Amino acid sequence: MRRPVRHPGPEDVTPEAVYLSRRQLIAGAMAVGAGGRVAASTELEPNSWEDITSYNNFYEFGTGKEDPSRFAHEMTTEPWSIEIGGMVDRPGSYGFAEIMDGMPVEERIYRFRCVEAWSMVIPWNGFELRRLLDRVGVQPGAKYVAFETLYRPEEMRGTRSPVIPWPYREGLRLDEAMHPLTIMATGLYGKPMPNQNGAPIRLVVPWKYGFKSIKSIVRISLVDEEPQTSWNMIAPREYGFYSNVNPEVDHPRWSQATERRVGGGLFAGREPTLMFNGYEDEVAEMYAGMDLRANY
Amino acid sequence: MQDAINQTLRRLPTWPVYVLGLAPIPWLFWLGATGGLGPEPIKALEHRYGLLGLQFLLAGLCVSPLRRFAGINAIRFRRALGLVAFAFIAAHLAVWAVLDVQSLSRVWADIVKRPYITIGMAGFACLVPLAATSTDRAVRWLGGPRWRRLHRLTYVAVGLGAVHYVMQAKGWQIEPLVYLAVAAGLVGLRGLPPRKRLA
Repeated sequence: MRRPVRHPGPEDVTPEAVYLSRRQLIAGAMAVGAGGRVAASTELEPNSWEDITSYNNFYEFGTGKEDPSRFAHEMTTEPWSIEIGGMVDRPGSYGFAEIMDGMPVEERIYRFRCVEAWSMVIPWNGFELRRLLDRVGVQPGAKYVAFETLYRPEEMRGTRSPVIPWPYREGLRLDEAMHPLTIMATGLYGKPMPNQNGAPIRLVVPWKYGFKSIKSIVRISLVDEEPQTSWNMIAPREYGFYSNVNPEVDHPRWSQATERRVGGGLFAGREPTLMFNGYEDEVAEMYAGMDLRANY
Repeated sequence: MQDAINQTLRRLPTWPVYVLGLAPIPWLFWLGATGGLGPEPIKALEHRYGLLGLQFLLAGLCVSPLRRFAGINAIRFRRALGLVAFAFIAAHLAVWAVLDVQSLSRVWADIVKRPYITIGMAGFACLVPLAATSTDRAVRWLGGPRWRRLHRLTYVAVGLGAVHYVMQAKGWQIEPLVYLAVAAGLVGLRGLPPRKRLA
């Protein structure tokens, strides 16, 4: 029903990529630990390349869903470096190639649940964030990891108006950052990360709402206090620091109980949203004893 | 100049406003069903219908200031503008309820629980009696003064619609605020003291 005209493109390589990434997903699930399983991992059918690269929230390029795919090409991603600092043993500016050197890149098929109640399944390529943190040496007092997106108004037209306070900021608790499901993604479908998806390197935290998975990262800081995060700064009642996917805690303006898979067309149904986006078995224990209603 | 415009406007039929105005309803629906509105056509359709509804409401509000301040009489087209706006907003509501939320109980829960939806719904409720009394017969039945008083509900509806638009935005977005400012300006013009009419 959708997209009657299709030019041959990257989406045509999907079947093989899907096949390969399924195997790697299983490997990823095993890495999570003995007895761990990625919930419903067998039935994750990734969204098409076109869905994933044409329907984005990346306000640095505009607030429309199609704006990032139209304007993100204006961003220069080479050279690229990440300033890693704060409570680390080896602070400094790390070039992209330097970061990737020797990093084991895997394919991980993850559910992606936007706080706006839409979702996709995305075959990322990336490495576990903990590997990078181990490399720079996290000092004992560090409790949180803070991230920042590139802020370059001449290449990011959305940042020329104060839609949100720039640069975009996100953060994780250290145990969340060290969790094996948390990755730094550098590609999709086996290809380099498209700019609109956060090239060249972004965070992916699959059990949290999508806005936590900060894009085009230029700064990582290890800190001992909960860092400021953009949406929490703008609307603290609507977006908490944790922002774990939770069907029982509604956004003040809409229900989080269900979601719609992008790509289903005009008559797509809604599906129930899963606790921790389906990764409950892997991550719930990090929040044991926490009031998830208060710490939304 | 003014006379020429008014003479032309007098000669134009009003049906093209209905035909051209309403055409985007099926056209956008068709685009949505065939992939022309992107990978998430439900939200896209919902937003397009809603915004067009607000735009037609604002266009309707321009009619009397145009006459008052520019001497241009487009009053013949105002009913069509209002009814087209009503159709878009009804379509917006239908897409939201049927294609987006997909459950009557959740629709009701949202209306009761979510202020921006409560406000949008109140705006729609204001428009229903206006659409229902849009015929010549209804005007005669109510009588001019009562009809005019009732139709001041338009100001409330436009205000609620613009506030609804502002409230659904994420972050600090300029466009909804511009609509709100235009709506406030157009309603505010009604409050200006009447000028002495020129003979």
